[in-house]
Amino acid sequence: MGPAFELNSYMPVIILMGLAAMIVILGHFVSVFLSPKKIDKYNKKDHAYECGEEPVATAWAAFSIRFYVVGLIFIIFDVESVLIFPVAAVFREFNQAGMGAIVLFEILFFVFILVAGIAYCWRKGDLDWIKSFQSIPKRKNNSIQLNGEQE
Amino acid sequence: MTSTLSSYIQSIPYIKENLYWLTEMLGPEVTAFVIFFIGAFIVANVMALVGGLGTYAERKISADIQQRIGPNRVGPLGILQFLADGVKMIMKENIVPRDADKFLYYLGPLLCMVGIFAACAVLPISSGFILADLNVGVFYLLAISSLVGLGILLGGYSSNSKWSMLGGMRGASQIISYEIPVTISILAIVVLSGGLSFGKIVQSQSGLPTEWYVFHNPFTFIAFIVYFIASLAEANRAPFDLPEAESELVSGYHTEFTGMRFAFFALAEYVEVFVLCTVASALFLGGYNVPFRLGGDSLLGQVLQTIVFFSKTCFLYYVVIWIRWTLPRLRVDQLMTLCWKYLTPIALFNLVGVSIWLVIFDGKSLLQLIKGLF
Repeated sequence: MGPAFELNSYMPVIILMGLAAMIVILGHFVSVFLSPKKIDKYNKKDHAYECGEEPVATAWAAFSIRFYVVGLIFIIFDVESVLIFPVAAVFREFNQAGMGAIVLFEILFFVFILVAGIAYCWRKGDLDWIKSFQSIPKRKNNSIQLNGEQE
Repeated sequence: MTSTLSSYIQSIPYIKENLYWLTEMLGPEVTAFVIFFIGAFIVANVMALVGGLGTYAERKISADIQQRIGPNRVGPLGILQFLADGVKMIMKENIVPRDADKFLYYLGPLLCMVGIFAACAVLPISSGFILADLNVGVFYLLAISSLVGLGILLGGYSSNSKWSMLGGMRGASQIISYEIPVTISILAIVVLSGGLSFGKIVQSQSGLPTEWYVFHNPFTFIAFIVYFIASLAEANRAPFDLPEAESELVSGYHTEFTGMRFAFFALAEYVEVFVLCTVASALFLGGYNVPFRLGGDSLLGQVLQTIVFFSKTCFLYYVVIWIRWTLPRLRVDQLMTLCWKYLTPIALFNLVGVSIWLVIFDGKSLLQLIKGLF
């Protein structure tokens, strides 16, 4: 069970990756070789599609912050669930050895952290796709009126 | 040479003798490479075929549901339609948008294909044919299939079109969100089987439905439903096909992709649906186990196992297509609500439930407990 064994069992993975990359690259070159190259008379053909109009500005503009919030929540949850994996994998062995309660406590602890996290995000309104301003507590003598979106 | 495939090949007497001189000639490392290359080549071809037949099945079944005939011109019953489509896509002109990020534009479909084909390496097709029975199999599959999401995001971002950008961002946020319920409902099965390798998980079940993990206890049954819903969303299938919602975004992340690059996105999507159905049937529906262990480990047994495994998977595939042509599409906010407010808490509840079940009943299934009462 040296390092050679580990290398061997990952060999098919690398071969499959290589085959997939080869399919894509070969497909591309065959397509380039066979496909027609029509002259673009009006110099309009390779515009990005925008319902037939000339594209207005670039698409690489500022984007809705909701996507980043979802990304952040995902990272936290993903790391947490990755940490449960080793515990879950040895659970049965430990249970047969009579130490199931320890592992159960461990899993409950992990799940408690996850549930606390989801409850916090829920309470803060970060799980709603449209976050209304009403969940932000207003100060009493606020001169600026926050006209919140009413859903 | 300790992997399942090569050890199985060595146990067949006729091949063993031939393998002997091959090993003599090339040395063990190169022989392993040759064996794995042949195996990987078969799997890659089968998966490409499955992707092609998937498009055909989709059109034929949707035609059946909508009382149409569907493709019936190319070949018997139109079964060669996907080849005609493929040839047509190769012949299409190669247009790259002028403002696109060229490198990322070419990288998008490549990452999709590489991710999903690499995931095929751990699929347990029969007891002798698992390309790589990794000891972290389930974890590996979850990790490597995330490359598809990256490919979609790159495809959407790089083409510099607003529709593509919206589709790519939606796709990325959807795929990463639904990875959480998928991971946690798979964890429930990992707790029961006590291992991460696909071979071990399948072998701890058996052929009859009473021994499958779906019917092991109420929690695994809910876990199966959660997994199935979330995997539909992970593969961007209806009713969760928001990244390519044709009624709002023109064609989503592959609006600007022509010819072969579009074909690779479509192929990767169909293969991903197949892989997710495969995982569902391996983890929850007993995998390749034949009822009453008919055929044993002989060559006939291997064929039977393959047939059983693929019939379970194709049944799930049919259900996926059926759902697509039955249910309307969700909105983005409904999608996120379903994931974070329903599926994730239910999946966490399942994980706790299965863990407590394992400790209290010592891993016995519900039916075993009922039998024990009498």
